[in-house]
Amino acid sequence: MSAPALLASAPSTLDVGSPVLNISIFVVFVVVTLAIVLRASKSTKTAADYYAGGRSFTGPQNGFAIAGDYLSAASFLGIAGAIAVYGYDGFLYSIGFLVAWLVALLLVAELLRNTGRFTMADVLSFRLRQRPVRMAAALATLTVCFFYLIAQMSGAGGLVALLLGIEGLAGQYAVVAVVGVIMIAYVLIGGMKGTTYVQMVKAVLLITGAVVMTVWVLARFGFSLTAVLQGAVDTSAAQGLEDPEALLGPGLRYGSSGLTLLDFGSLSLALVLGTAGLPHVLMRFYTVPSGKEARRSVVWAIWLIGIFYLLTLVLGYGAAALVGRTDILAAPGGVNSAAPLLAFELGGTVLLGLIAAVAFATILAVVAGLAITAATSFAHDVYASVLKKGTVSPDDELKVARRTVVVIGVVAILGGMAAIGQNVAFLVALAFAVAASANLPTILYSLFWRRFTTRGALWSMYGGLISTVVLIASSPVVSGRVDPVTGASTSMIRDTSIDFSWFPLENPGIVTIPLAFFLGWLGSVTSRPEPDHDAKAAQMEVRALTGAGSEKAVQH
Amino acid sequence: MPRPDPARRRPDSPGAHVPGSSTGGSTAGRAPGSTPAGPSGLATAEEIRETPEFAELRRSFRRFIFPMAALFLAWYALYVLLAALAPDFMAQRLGGSTITVGLVLGLGQFVSTFVITMVYRSWADKSFDPQATALRERIEGVA
Repeated sequence: MSAPALLASAPSTLDVGSPVLNISIFVVFVVVTLAIVLRASKSTKTAADYYAGGRSFTGPQNGFAIAGDYLSAASFLGIAGAIAVYGYDGFLYSIGFLVAWLVALLLVAELLRNTGRFTMADVLSFRLRQRPVRMAAALATLTVCFFYLIAQMSGAGGLVALLLGIEGLAGQYAVVAVVGVIMIAYVLIGGMKGTTYVQMVKAVLLITGAVVMTVWVLARFGFSLTAVLQGAVDTSAAQGLEDPEALLGPGLRYGSSGLTLLDFGSLSLALVLGTAGLPHVLMRFYTVPSGKEARRSVVWAIWLIGIFYLLTLVLGYGAAALVGRTDILAAPGGVNSAAPLLAFELGGTVLLGLIAAVAFATILAVVAGLAITAATSFAHDVYASVLKKGTVSPDDELKVARRTVVVIGVVAILGGMAAIGQNVAFLVALAFAVAASANLPTILYSLFWRRFTTRGALWSMYGGLISTVVLIASSPVVSGRVDPVTGASTSMIRDTSIDFSWFPLENPGIVTIPLAFFLGWLGSVTSRPEPDHDAKAAQMEVRALTGAGSEKAVQH
Repeated sequence: MPRPDPARRRPDSPGAHVPGSSTGGSTAGRAPGSTPAGPSGLATAEEIRETPEFAELRRSFRRFIFPMAALFLAWYALYVLLAALAPDFMAQRLGGSTITVGLVLGLGQFVSTFVITMVYRSWADKSFDPQATALRERIEGVA
């Protein structure tokens, strides 16, 4: 997720580790997961199988899969690195990412599971006019998935090239292509069931890897967290950080000017409200048989994600203590190299190889989850409901979903290649901002406000989507931000003579989220509900709370 | 006008065979918003919504989740504001250790998240689910 880290790293490699060993571990992971996916494909027949894994996963299984979907490479490498380099400010990120899950648990998961079938749009269009609302919801879904996918793919290129010892742009292109092809294979063959297993395997690997490294770090410091922190301060001081104590308090990353603080508040808001609006997270709730299991899966996910972020606290400060922030920043990959360098420091090439494989598994699982979400949204919402007005047979719809997976894979590969070397870390923050602005207000309104109308939904979704994209395009992350020391551009557009930015914040959430809530209210009170509004609202409310008539698990 | 939802008529849709499984827009051939009448005699969702049992279910659900959501959002907002506006306070060390106020409050966010998760889970399992299940079985005609 959007750690301040740049996943698109310099095309250079760490001087440590053994590429042959790393590649062997990758290959083992890919072969094992493909075998699992192939097995899962045998029981994938209907649309509910393909889109929702037959709704037959248990809460704990889905909890692991949610953690696998959610903990991207940026949250493993990015947050550990951010804590190593910026100390406390890196920790702030992980808190937002965790607390956000309470929104999903209390307000969204069960009600959504009870009312929908496959996509977010199912819920939003339940009692509103089907086609326009589905179209808007699908656009928001595809936008979030697209930005998120590009960020992950280009990150994969830089990261895996770094860990594998692949030099040059051609090598990174090859890595992106390989990631894309494996992703297509997972989703095409295994559907949601296969993807879910990949995510479960990945979550187990990631959390196991983090536990092993954490215990190792603590053992080096006599199992004292205080000693780890002191080590981080001492090493940073030795490597020339002027005020090493600052690692333990806020300010190293976000500073203390009014604008950066406002930006920090804006980011915090987008993080905490964005998670429950991420379409690939929402879709996971349909893979369990009931609302109660959806609740159990979020409970499991919260424990897994929370424990993981607690571990990254130790890993981050441990990397600052054992590797040192200056060395981390100087390494290729910068902030992202903290966890790999720490692994090498602790366990040499073998542990580095294992951690590199975990990072690779992480990227694969996340992109596969995004690809199936985007394909489902296109086939189920755009193609079957909007374009064909619901006259499509399930087989045809699945055919379109599978073709869409290939198209999305190709687009993601090309987009990922184009974005290599670009500063695209903001894309993940953008995805969260879109999710929080375009999706969450409409989700909450349709679940909790009876008077909500089609116009309210459209105004809120399009208003949130357009305002977020426009404000980001007009912000310094796209153009006009210059490093005061080096004079080089730190924006996406590297040419410092081009500057069309006028919006000062890097994250627009603090403007766009309230705006979307306001538009949803305004659109609703200025329009008349449909004639059957009240009956449908009653249906939705009864179904959401009692689960009566909700989709059942597929029996094989 | 209610639009017939073709998804509903799919042979592979398991929910299609369950009484009371109509979704929004699946009301082709019936009065808008009608739910197939189960043996309970509750004909429409609107009638169900008006029952005291449903009103109680809805009230107890909202009375639990809204204050809880307000609580954790306020606590998170307080934490973010403290980090932004009172960095010196957050950077204070506790005793002679390297643990700062900010770290303790940050870990407090983890603890509160875990606690709210478990409190909600136990409330939902013990208090909410039995009510919801009883009502669902009545609607679907199982009981």
